[in-house]
Amino acid sequence: MTIALQIDSVSHQYGQRTALDNVNIGLVEGQFNALLGPNGAGKSTLFALLTRLYRVQQGEIRLGDDSINRNPRALLARLGVVFQQSTLDLDLTVMQNLEYHGALHGLSTREIRRRAAAELEWLGLADRTKDKVRSLNGGHRRRVEIARALLHRPDILLLDEASAGLDVASRQAINKAVRQLCEERGLTVLWATHLLEEISLDDPVVILHRGRVLAQGIGRDVCQQSDETSLDALFDRLTSAKEVTA
Amino acid sequence: MILNMYLHAFTGVVKREFWRFIQQRSRFLSALVRPLLWLVVFAAGFRAALGVAIIPPYATYITYETYIAPGLCCMILLFNGMQSSLSMVYDREMGSMKVLLMSPVPRSWLLISKLLAIALISLVQVYAFLAIAWLAGVEPPALGLITALPALILVALLLGSIGLFLSARIRQLENFAGVMNFVIFPMFFLSSALYPLWKMRESSEWLYWVCQYNPFTHAVELVRFALYQQLNLQALAITLGTTLVFATLAVISFNPERTVRAAPAKA
Repeated sequence: MTIALQIDSVSHQYGQRTALDNVNIGLVEGQFNALLGPNGAGKSTLFALLTRLYRVQQGEIRLGDDSINRNPRALLARLGVVFQQSTLDLDLTVMQNLEYHGALHGLSTREIRRRAAAELEWLGLADRTKDKVRSLNGGHRRRVEIARALLHRPDILLLDEASAGLDVASRQAINKAVRQLCEERGLTVLWATHLLEEISLDDPVVILHRGRVLAQGIGRDVCQQSDETSLDALFDRLTSAKEVTA
Repeated sequence: MILNMYLHAFTGVVKREFWRFIQQRSRFLSALVRPLLWLVVFAAGFRAALGVAIIPPYATYITYETYIAPGLCCMILLFNGMQSSLSMVYDREMGSMKVLLMSPVPRSWLLISKLLAIALISLVQVYAFLAIAWLAGVEPPALGLITALPALILVALLLGSIGLFLSARIRQLENFAGVMNFVIFPMFFLSSALYPLWKMRESSEWLYWVCQYNPFTHAVELVRFALYQQLNLQALAITLGTTLVFATLAVISFNPERTVRAAPAKA
């Protein structure tokens, strides 16, 4: 089992409030890694640190030889990100959004269009390239964001609550597409969610609550070690126990 | 390879600004209507009240419309510079700022690209205004339209830098009204855009000095002289110096943690 991205002893504070407390996470290469946590667990803060939107206050994040502390731009070039809040420009077309992102990653217009056509075709949006993003539904917007995140051929794809706010069919479709990326392209994925039905027992999982990692490993193993039969039960026990003691 | 990356990033930022500009036709129209209103309506009223004596760079008596034309060009640049501030705050609130911040290209380069993009869009509007003004009888020397170009670019960069600096300070879109009241109007009215400073001095000595210390005054004078193929060295030095100061401040003030705080703070 090879670790693609290592988060080592990362802590983060907003003033007096601790958002992440000595977090250690290793993302398994080529796998669909699930980051589970209720609202307020620290998932978005972790994403902000991984994407260098926030400065790492304590600890280190490494992707191979690249460290976000020492060489953040090299690391950013290897990450594809879908944020919880949509970051698409609603007034631009699908292709314009992709062109903008590709250019910011140093790709030529011709190369962007070639790659974008392939990704949009794969995601079933080949006929929507000239449509304004504003005219797309939530599921399609998410697909555009995934296509955009893949444009610069990242090694790791980070998705923060990518299925939040979507109907069940769209959620399942996006989850399936992302899993396909791991299987067919060997992409390492970090899928942050609070929806347990999106996670399989065979996935590497991390349970984060109140800024701390409470469990980590392959879902099935984590459940066995805790004498639980399902991730739902384990998640409920870990997070509700902390609620009581907190 | 790295040069290519920087070039593509620059092209991307410029293209996006133009795409957004084309989408917002009303922005283009209002950018033209505002100075044209001054040129056609206000100038007609003020013409009789304000006699403009022979002052450099003019070699002869000029109409009031001719006098205010450079100031109105700078007015377009001023509003566009502040518009850039508004668009940065909008991008921040809508989340699209993250796309820019996630780029592996240095953020300082992205900001410079943004500044140049703002300047290019402003220039399109300024020359459209000058073309209409020409039809209205304001006819600077044809060669002046070319010699004014570097001056206009510098002024656009100055006002864009001020806009970007302000965008780092404005927390919410609603606060933009404050920019109108406390930045745009004072900068414009306390300058030589609408009246020569000797006229201001006749009315109020202290207001004259406020105008003298307003960088916008020197920006207007730089453009005014350049339109008549002359170089105002003092105006150039002050405009260039102020541009460097505000561009540096804009880059320093651009703190991503402040720009994205709204989302993760809940986590």
